[in-house]
Amino acid sequence: MRRWQLSVLLSWPALATLALTVVPVWLLLRISIAPPDPAAPWGAGLTFEAYRSLLAPDSIHALRRSLQLAVVVGIVSVGAGFPLTYFITRMQRRAQVGWLVFLLATLTLSDVLIAFSWQVMLSKRIGLSRIFVALGLMQQPDSLAPSVGAIIACLTYLVIPFTVLTLYPALSQLDRSLIEAARTLGAPAWRAFTSVVLPLTRVPTMVAFVLAAVLTLGSFVPPVALGKPEHWPMSVLIGNAALAGHNLPRAAAMSVLLLVVTALLALGAVRAVRHRPTP
Amino acid sequence: MSLGLEVRQLSKHYGSQRVVSDVSLTVPSGQFVCFLGPSGCGKTTLLRMIAGLEAPTSGRILINDRDITDTPVHERNFAMVFQALALFPFLNVEENIAYSLRFRTINAQQRHEMVRDLLALIKLPDIGKRRIEQLSGGQRQRVAIARALAQEPMLFLLDEPLSALDARLRDHMQVELRQLQQKLHITTILVTHDQREAMSIADTVVVMADGRIQQIGSPTQIYRQPANRFVAGFIGRSNLIEAQVEDGLHLRVGERLIRPLSMPAMMSHGESVTLAVRPEEIRLLARPQHELNCLTGRITFTRDVGNEIELRIDCEGREIIAATSPAQWSALGAAGEPSEVALQLPPESCRVLTS
Repeated sequence: MRRWQLSVLLSWPALATLALTVVPVWLLLRISIAPPDPAAPWGAGLTFEAYRSLLAPDSIHALRRSLQLAVVVGIVSVGAGFPLTYFITRMQRRAQVGWLVFLLATLTLSDVLIAFSWQVMLSKRIGLSRIFVALGLMQQPDSLAPSVGAIIACLTYLVIPFTVLTLYPALSQLDRSLIEAARTLGAPAWRAFTSVVLPLTRVPTMVAFVLAAVLTLGSFVPPVALGKPEHWPMSVLIGNAALAGHNLPRAAAMSVLLLVVTALLALGAVRAVRHRPTP
Repeated sequence: MSLGLEVRQLSKHYGSQRVVSDVSLTVPSGQFVCFLGPSGCGKTTLLRMIAGLEAPTSGRILINDRDITDTPVHERNFAMVFQALALFPFLNVEENIAYSLRFRTINAQQRHEMVRDLLALIKLPDIGKRRIEQLSGGQRQRVAIARALAQEPMLFLLDEPLSALDARLRDHMQVELRQLQQKLHITTILVTHDQREAMSIADTVVVMADGRIQQIGSPTQIYRQPANRFVAGFIGRSNLIEAQVEDGLHLRVGERLIRPLSMPAMMSHGESVTLAVRPEEIRLLARPQHELNCLTGRITFTRDVGNEIELRIDCEGREIIAATSPAQWSALGAAGEPSEVALQLPPESCRVLTS
């Protein structure tokens, strides 16, 4: 086989991926500058009305809520997922495999089912609040949803498997003699962790954070099922505009904005880890 | 300041596996001690227990009569150089060396001076800003040593740090390490499986096997007076010849009588012992002799390794290795290559081992 034939043969997945990315984005851009038409998906002609509507307070607040939610879920999932992964890597081989299989298995559950389960868990009658009362943390049983906390809890549960699977390779290959070296050089356990483990794992940690944040930015079911309209992030507004409001151009414009914000977040993360932290 | 170390009946078990059994030893202040033994003999585990990286199953560790068995590793102030060196890849040379100084209250000026002095000490004054991956194997070695010394440790522990270097560089680093230790007068323990390394740099060698100490002594002592068969076989080359006690002064090897310089006390006639003789201490004679301390045999293999001729000699079914200088060998073979030789075992070269 000639070299160019081989190149064509091997390049089709890349070309297919490119096509499947470019076409929907191009479509999104096209729809976002079309006028809405109640009788059709979108109308003929060009207008920037949909983008202008993004300057309205409800859009700006929704974007702010999206970003807040993404950052909080990113921090909470990395904050909980990092120690969890660290302890999994220190277990015996069989226990490690068990944990990873369990986490992979949770990914097969639909987010609708998970959100519903959280609704039940946070309800007044049979939920977590009864346990909190028993522990003396609450005066009487109460419904814990809808609330921002409920949305964060459910989203964290949904993204933690991704966090663990992202951190696992780096933490399982961590050279333990580096930690021991830090300890013999006078570092207490927590200083050895902050001065050796964190710098060694800052890239996968940042990747795990960005992954959790991006997954949160696109979430739809958990905020709807566990939050009030004033808690809804932009992803829910996009869904509502497209499905209930029949305003596809507005949904497309919001999607473009969210796409740009996501890209900026990822770029910012790459820049942050590229520079070596000064000790 | 260097202090003396004392280990009392230290043991480490992993389940039913005894890695270190009932080890007691003293390391006087300012000494260079080597833990020497084959891999899996427990020497690294013993070192890690002293460092505080492993908790002993039983026994105590004392430094200047102060019990430190339960002192956390970061409070011991013992420097350690790891086999893999464990330099921090995300820090440059200077930052690696200054790492331990983060945990002390010294100002930036003092820190800078200490790092500069240590770089001068390891004879690499200009590499402070380099990254670890830019260093050669020997440079990394020295940086790891400088980093360990920066904390001005009470005890300097090294876990086979030279094993990854090629033979020439290893020789060179052995000399440098010894000079550094003598200059700083710091109590040092080096773990190694290389007996040449241990013999050439240590004041005291601790020979270990199966989690136990086999012998503690100066390099000359463990070479000249091995305590048992293991030490005689592990340190240098030895012929271990089965023999029987004849009387209070003599041993019997086959039909021949051997008179060693000294015999163990309380031995009875016919008891089995091992006679250890170094190949280079055997004197070769051209004509078969029938006197005391002489064996005869047939040369089965000759090997010229430059500074000596090594011979394998079959003495009535026993293979004995003898070594002789090229000059003596040519004198011996003046009348053609000899096939039958007599081996004279001088009394002072005959060591009788009962264990």
